[in-house]
Amino acid sequence: MLEVRGLRAGYGRIQILDGIDLSLAQGTVVGVLGHNGMGKTTLLRTLIGELRAEQGEIRFDGADVTQLGMHRRARRGIGYVPQGRDIYAQLTVMENLKMGEMVRGGASAIAEMIEYCPILEPLLERRGGALSGGEQQILALARCLVGRPKLLLLDEPTEGIQPSIVEKIQAQLQALTAALGLTVLLVEQNLQFIAALAERVLIIQKGRIVTTIAPEQLHDKAVVDEYLGI
Amino acid sequence: MDQVANYLFQIGFSFSIFILISLGLAVIFGMMRVINLAQGEFLMLGAYFCTICNQAGIALWLSIIFAALAVGLFGMIVERLLIQWLYGRVIDTLLATWGLSLFLVGGVTTIFGPQTESVAAPLGNVPVGDFGIPVYGLVLIAVAFVLLAAVYAFWRYTPYGLIVRGTMQNPKISAALGINRSLVYMLTFGFGSALTGLAGAVLTPIVGTYPTLGIAYIAKAFITVISGGHLPLLGTISAASLFGTIDGVVATISTSVAGEMTVLFVAIVLLRLLPLGITGRLNRGV
Repeated sequence: MLEVRGLRAGYGRIQILDGIDLSLAQGTVVGVLGHNGMGKTTLLRTLIGELRAEQGEIRFDGADVTQLGMHRRARRGIGYVPQGRDIYAQLTVMENLKMGEMVRGGASAIAEMIEYCPILEPLLERRGGALSGGEQQILALARCLVGRPKLLLLDEPTEGIQPSIVEKIQAQLQALTAALGLTVLLVEQNLQFIAALAERVLIIQKGRIVTTIAPEQLHDKAVVDEYLGI
Repeated sequence: MDQVANYLFQIGFSFSIFILISLGLAVIFGMMRVINLAQGEFLMLGAYFCTICNQAGIALWLSIIFAALAVGLFGMIVERLLIQWLYGRVIDTLLATWGLSLFLVGGVTTIFGPQTESVAAPLGNVPVGDFGIPVYGLVLIAVAFVLLAAVYAFWRYTPYGLIVRGTMQNPKISAALGINRSLVYMLTFGFGSALTGLAGAVLTPIVGTYPTLGIAYIAKAFITVISGGHLPLLGTISAASLFGTIDGVVATISTSVAGEMTVLFVAIVLLRLLPLGITGRLNRGV
């Protein structure tokens, strides 16, 4: 579904991604782990088109999308939930959800998504900015998914969320990926979270994918020390 | 009784003027955060388009609609050529739109000359006791209310209104949801320009048409939108109501200059007491 070859990108003269190669098959959940500043978020921002690729190729569903703008990639089926969630703070929860399916034709998927995410039901008329961090994360996820993306790029969904809520988000994500057959590229620093969700984990160092490990290996202290130095 | 009717008319008339001249700016500055110093000249262009159409034999009401559409189109062209490169660059936007303002005043003066063109105000007066209230003034009040209701409903209840409100809050995430933010910005700027052009067109039978027409209104428009606070429409309505009432009452018992001075004084006091504007503490609304 997603093929990335030799991807280089950065901010001005500072190069962050230094030749990323990766591929994602349909229906798989793949994690990306690495230290801060290694290029995890930059990778997702480049895949969605927020950052221009300086070199390399991004193919999605067989088509080259490297030169497409952000909204065109989204319309082709790439969904993105950014770090920090980026909820529309002044819009209600319902309006946030409506924004998610604004460009998608066909019947509304909001009612179905509320069934998957019942935590949102009593909050529909509340402003996005008035929700807790965990509620905002669920909303950001639901808002993206009502657009029915084929691929979900998920950037640190547990950042700034208290541990008890992280478990709820994890359960919610597991339920959604199973029910909707989602393909997910998940950037995360929470080892337990990524181990519970991902089928394989890409380790990124200095803008390159240096190895791929199985999620079970994240329980091995030697592996974690070697690649993550935690 | 006729004195009361005259007061009410003056208040309603002042309110409608504040609404008409501020509504376009509420969109362009209030929502889009673009400080458009050429806003007054957009209003002036609306007046000229209306005057030219009317002098060519087109009915006034149709001329007003043509003027709004023409200025809306002009606004979209300006957004594509100038504004879209300057989002988030306040000083550059100020300089660019100031330059555009000078260019438009100079260009119009060169083409049409500095003299005032006029369109006859239709409909005559309706006598109320010792006073004669101009029917066109009443139409202006009605236009302001209809326009307010239409813009509010459009913003609050239509999918496009939701897209604009969301995109102005967070353009990046809107793009990630598949929304063409560049197109939304262009159309919204065009919409704000059309509202301003409409204001110029409906005002021209009362104030005439001349190249520096916009200068008389741009300060009032900015004062209204800024005093209104961060909710562009509710803020503009509330500030226009306050300033319109003050201007209407003071101008009737004294002079129009005294009315404008009082409005300015009240705006300064208001912003001293409520630095975030009238709607600064409100979370809901548009």
